[in-house]
Amino acid sequence: MIENRVVITGLGVCAPNGTTVSDFTHAIKHGISGVRHQPELERLGFSCKIAAAPEIDENRVQQYFTPLEMKSLDSPGIVYGVIAGLDAWKDAGLEPADRNEPDWESGTIFGTGTSGIDKFRWAINRIDELQIRKLGSTVVAQTMASGVSAFISGKLGMGNWVTTNSSACATGTESILMAFEHIKSGKAKRMLAGSTSDSGPYIWGGFDAMKVCTFKHNGQPEKGSRPMSATASGFVPGSGAGAMVLESLESAIARGAKIYAEIIGGHTNSGGQRGSGTMTAPNPQAVQRCIVKAVESAGIGPDEIEVINGHLTATAKDALEIENWKGALGCSADHFPYINSLKGMVGHCISAAGSIECVASVLQLHEGFIFGNVNCEDLNPEINALIAKNRVPVKLINKRFNVLAKASFGFGDVNACIILKRFENG
Amino acid sequence: MDKVEIIGALKEIISPYTEEHAVLENINDNTDFIADLKINSANLVDIVLDIEEKFGITIDNDAMGKMLTVSATIEIINERLAGDVGQ
Repeated sequence: MIENRVVITGLGVCAPNGTTVSDFTHAIKHGISGVRHQPELERLGFSCKIAAAPEIDENRVQQYFTPLEMKSLDSPGIVYGVIAGLDAWKDAGLEPADRNEPDWESGTIFGTGTSGIDKFRWAINRIDELQIRKLGSTVVAQTMASGVSAFISGKLGMGNWVTTNSSACATGTESILMAFEHIKSGKAKRMLAGSTSDSGPYIWGGFDAMKVCTFKHNGQPEKGSRPMSATASGFVPGSGAGAMVLESLESAIARGAKIYAEIIGGHTNSGGQRGSGTMTAPNPQAVQRCIVKAVESAGIGPDEIEVINGHLTATAKDALEIENWKGALGCSADHFPYINSLKGMVGHCISAAGSIECVASVLQLHEGFIFGNVNCEDLNPEINALIAKNRVPVKLINKRFNVLAKASFGFGDVNACIILKRFENG
Repeated sequence: MDKVEIIGALKEIISPYTEEHAVLENINDNTDFIADLKINSANLVDIVLDIEEKFGITIDNDAMGKMLTVSATIEIINERLAGDVGQ
């Protein structure tokens, strides 16, 4: 069977430090943080009173939603997802389908952890107050997990596969890999892939209660998220959405589309919560296997990977992740690829983390830069014992490179790793 | 309540739910919400909720099922207004 090559032709992002691709690019090059103090979390007695959420005003939302939709919209995840998704479609030079017939060759896989948690809370309160009638017609569409892909596909008129995936913090990277496989096997020409996450106390509360979020930087929000740092003390919760248009190389060339990068391989797996893997801790054997299989599927050697965009959440597990990358790639401390984590700037955007970080990865490959690790001046000594300090840049490096590996790991002991390659015309 | 007054209120309530603004401007007794105003049937329950709020009335499921045209809607609103006054 002839397999399609798959390229990325459009990007969209709604991140805590930038809600357009150009603002986001500027932010990641300059280390601009999206972490802010959250009065609402303070009021509710959260240990972690800082978080990172996209800042969007009503005028912006009006460009994507009808007045009727806005009348009852109470699902930030759907808003972020639609903004990122529609922006990616437009960036790819694509239009919504004709009014009377869907575009059979286009679909979307847009993941999320939950949907419309604020809307859900509102509905639950009405029901408990014996006011079931007051729910109206908008609760289901905003609280079904597939709400985000349903809104996007309706706005764009998609007639191919339309679904929502969910695999905790690996969701965004997984959605891109699912779309990649779908195009590779010839089942669609174009897929909008991405993921989103709601904002607010009802999403972040469970993590706060587990004590996996930092509570040591409430007075200095921008210093709070410290991946790979000796003083990392837990992650900063975040939210937002990232999206990209994946397209067969043939289709992209036929319509003269701009090509950001090529996806040359990837793998998803699970540690099965066996060995040292649990609901919340990754099985290192599975993480390494996921990376090895991704590299193999790309048809490259591990030494060809020049940059890694890690999962690296700013918890005690960061050193274990570095150890896993090192073991999987089989490289020495000095020959380890450059590695960075976006979470220093945007916190951990939960189910949106993978897609936002994949957008950042594609931008680095396409424009030729490696963003600096924010808040990592004091590299964790356990990490420094594994890899040379200069492998963890704290300042922007302008450098053209060819291959980047990006991985995301999630609760449930699930892993996803994607291999991206710079696309040279011809 | 005066019929002209009710129609004025209905136009305002229905406006966000229809794209047929010319038809809405000229609604009459026979105007059908779905056939003429092209309202998504799922939104009929939202319109009923908006009517309840605007007129301070409650509309039961049976009555709701009949509210497909302007005349039927006006009739039900008037019945409920009269009923509520009498209570």
